[in-house]
Amino acid sequence: MPHIEAVTCPVCGCLCDDIRLRIEAGKIVEVKNGCAMCESKFLGYCGEHRLSKPLIRKNGELVEVSLNEAVKKAAEILAEANYPLLYGWSSTSCEAIRIGLELAEEVGGVIDNTSTVCHGPSVLSIQDIGIPSCTLGQVRHRADLVIYWGCDPWSAHPRHIERYTSFSDGRFEKSEWKGYLSKTKALIVKKKIEKALKRVFARETPSLSPHVRREPPPTLFKEGRKMIVVDVRRTRSAETADYFIQVEPNRDYELLEALRLLVRDEELEVEEVAGVPVAYLEEVADLMIRCNFGALFFGLGLTMSRGKMRNIDAALSLIRDLNTRTKFTIMPMRGHFNVSGSDTVFTWQTGYPYAVDFSLCYPRYNPGETSAVDVLLRGETDASLIVASDPVSNFPRKAAEHLVKNPLIVIDPHVNATAQMGDVVIPSALVGVEVEGTAYRMDHVPLPLKKVVEPPEGLISDEEILRKILSEVRKIKAGKMEES
Amino acid sequence: MSNGVVFDPLNGIDGEKVDIAVKDGKIVKSVSEHRAKKIDVAGMIVMPGGVDIHSHIAGSEVNTGRLLRPEDHFKDSECKTSVTRSGVGYSIPSTFTTGYRYARMGYTTVMNPSMPPLEAKHTHEELNDIPLIDKATYPLLGDWWFVLEYLSQGNIEELARHVAWMINSTKGYAIKIVNPGGLESWGFGHNVTSLDDQIPHFCITPREIILGLCRVNKLLNLPHSVHLHTNNLGKPGNYKTALETMKYVEELANDEKPAVHITHCQFSAFTGDDWRTLGSGAEEIAKYLNGHSHVTIDMGQVIFTDTTTMTADGPFQFGLYELTGNKWVNHDVETETSAGIVPFRYRKKSFAHATQWSIGLELALLVKDSWKIYMTTDHPNGGPFTAYPKIIAWLISKKARKATLKKINPKARSRSLLPSIDRELSFYELAIMTRAGQAKALGLKHKGHLGVGADADIAVYNVNPHKTDPSKEYKKVRKAFKRAAYTIKGGKVVVKNGEVLKHVEGATMWLDVKISEPFKVTADMKRRFREYWTVEYENYPVTDRYLEISQPIPVKAEV
Repeated sequence: MPHIEAVTCPVCGCLCDDIRLRIEAGKIVEVKNGCAMCESKFLGYCGEHRLSKPLIRKNGELVEVSLNEAVKKAAEILAEANYPLLYGWSSTSCEAIRIGLELAEEVGGVIDNTSTVCHGPSVLSIQDIGIPSCTLGQVRHRADLVIYWGCDPWSAHPRHIERYTSFSDGRFEKSEWKGYLSKTKALIVKKKIEKALKRVFARETPSLSPHVRREPPPTLFKEGRKMIVVDVRRTRSAETADYFIQVEPNRDYELLEALRLLVRDEELEVEEVAGVPVAYLEEVADLMIRCNFGALFFGLGLTMSRGKMRNIDAALSLIRDLNTRTKFTIMPMRGHFNVSGSDTVFTWQTGYPYAVDFSLCYPRYNPGETSAVDVLLRGETDASLIVASDPVSNFPRKAAEHLVKNPLIVIDPHVNATAQMGDVVIPSALVGVEVEGTAYRMDHVPLPLKKVVEPPEGLISDEEILRKILSEVRKIKAGKMEES
Repeated sequence: MSNGVVFDPLNGIDGEKVDIAVKDGKIVKSVSEHRAKKIDVAGMIVMPGGVDIHSHIAGSEVNTGRLLRPEDHFKDSECKTSVTRSGVGYSIPSTFTTGYRYARMGYTTVMNPSMPPLEAKHTHEELNDIPLIDKATYPLLGDWWFVLEYLSQGNIEELARHVAWMINSTKGYAIKIVNPGGLESWGFGHNVTSLDDQIPHFCITPREIILGLCRVNKLLNLPHSVHLHTNNLGKPGNYKTALETMKYVEELANDEKPAVHITHCQFSAFTGDDWRTLGSGAEEIAKYLNGHSHVTIDMGQVIFTDTTTMTADGPFQFGLYELTGNKWVNHDVETETSAGIVPFRYRKKSFAHATQWSIGLELALLVKDSWKIYMTTDHPNGGPFTAYPKIIAWLISKKARKATLKKINPKARSRSLLPSIDRELSFYELAIMTRAGQAKALGLKHKGHLGVGADADIAVYNVNPHKTDPSKEYKKVRKAFKRAAYTIKGGKVVVKNGEVLKHVEGATMWLDVKISEPFKVTADMKRRFREYWTVEYENYPVTDRYLEISQPIPVKAEV
């Protein structure tokens, strides 16, 4: 029974590469070290939702065709289009993205990745302010203060805390796992006592812990690593934290700016900011200044709530200011496993991380004008190629409507809403499971994706499909040149 | 290729009419006259293809610089043509554009000087996308925990074996040290300020790191010396640190081969106590170099333009951010290194910037032996590599220097040594500084010369050295070096009259260091790996599939 060690998990931006798989008769039967998302990917990759045959829409129905026919049809659509959109990319390999960029340049289209609807505002802010950051190992070894802002790693990046931050063992800082366990145990005991009290007195007793404390919790002053969670609701991650700051929805910007003022030793002449008493904030600011190495991670709670890139401006400025007092880093919690990689490849080939327009024969970048949603909303595209993404189910309705109105090519391993609306649907092998590739972790560390099982018969990688389409497009264009 | 005026310093050819025959990408004695394709280059300068010993063209920090600065690209874009890919400039060009722009100036080999080992795959992926030039890259090893630990134990041989493993697994070419000790200290926001500062948490000083790794370099027989970015870089008064560093490795100067290469030396040649009293330490450094042969340096020339500074020297970049208030990126890499990026504009009217400009040229002119100093801008730190023709003009013509001197800050002008220097470099010396010397320092046997067996990398510039007085007609020379008449890469004409004719891929060279017994990955090594890094041992090395054209250079080590 062969085991495969050190497999990289192609699910989230954590890109855990210590997964151990057991293969039996060409199938994955056991996953070790992975989180729930990882297990379901490796064990359930071959279910009913997989596409198996290339499809072309004929008379309104998707019918099975050969790969060559589908590739030819896709190439025709792209070669004839004036302004095609090539979108997706964050869930495929860097190798495929390289070819995708070449294809976009060849057909003079606009190419965009999912950053545009996710951490796009973060990129815009970084272009204004810069970013003091590091790799995740640096946080593991050194951070004695970890802040999660507007993200819920416990659910969305389940191994982030365990592998890289508070619960990992580093050279200079140790894991807080045991402290968390005893805290959880204490909570269980507390609940039992509360229940018992209820039984004895048979009426409502005041809870032992009122929801809003008047004093900062004593955990904030403990030795060792501390973890703070800032969010609009009490998430699982918040339960894990030493301190949870509940910010009022859409008021993150105020809170960040208040902290900036406090870090600069300014007085705040109000009682509370964004629903948080200033006395607490003063403790937090003090903690930030006193720590040896702080790390702030932020998610879509910050990038996609009111203020968008202005929130990130404030967060980046706060961390930059803190660096004059101590060492502090900040990092966006990237979602898809290779969204960092697509930003990276886009940047080295074109100079810009997303929303790149090739219609003038050179790369042009102006998010808001050349980004996927805006191009669709203005109704400018006349064809689309979607790779490893599902914009129909998550783009604004009007954008999605324009997307499906025009010829739509979909390359994806799975049946999704976009694939069901497609005119040409080409199934691909799953990168990181059935074919190899490269992906970039959220901190820009490149990791190899392994091939662990054979792909279903007839399926090839995104990269190969794109290569075929590119060479067909070039043939068609060369033919046209000869004609004219 | 016939009738050209050839400058080939490694073979002692100084402006003679020599015909060059090329076959299968190599230079050969002769080819059959009637079957070969002939290029007549009468009245033109023929040199080996340019070699750049230090230019940041690929990898995570370069790419983050690209991402950080859309404003750098907006005004400088290149359209797709039937043979070339599109791209953007200016100070941090996209990959394809980088290759084309180097080739247009007759350069065919470029060394990427800083690669965080953990992100080596990224560097190699980008190098694959840089066409027309051969490349190699240096892993950053000065603050790697293995280095600090083995050196504090005094275990040089074991360290040498690990460095060999590291160079093989990152597909690197030389040992790069940046601000030794400073980067580890920067992990907690500190820095070191002298060669004898204790590095926090490790019982070791910068001095010991430099000497230790120079010893390792000798033990491993690496073709290039240790490539060193000194401590205190960019601080007034730092020429003392540079001199102290050079003196300290004197004891290793036991043979012909240099022990250390001090890179972008201009940034390490400041006198004075602060920015107001800043002065040039070029004279002292040049004096030292003229008397010793165990050190080579490159210029790190400053160009008056808007550029993007990027180094692995995190604390230095933070200082630059505090100085300028410009946007700032920091990127620390676990157990290995750090990096920083700050956009920067060198102004003629700034005293400090103009002084820096002067220091670079003073170094190049005061060091008598051109084999010891090479032309670079530390691209993009001093300015983009596309400014090389400007530097050439300043080096070959006093008139060109005078013209620029007139425009710079008056205080800097009055303190500059340049008016007192009459030296004007010959084309022969220029060929040393831009190709032959660099190839020799790098130990590249097939590059930087036009002898039989060398790679057929040739640059032709349309200027007649017999009819042109470079001292007076420096503008003509500058124009010629900006757009090569021909660039030949591996026997193929890739550029003609400054236009790219072909998109061919360049190779990536790396050292295959062979130690006496193969490196064994023990359980202990794997355990340390898990503790030190956040990736598994198996996923760390750069495998062959990451190099599109891989050119291993075997090296036999003494351990």
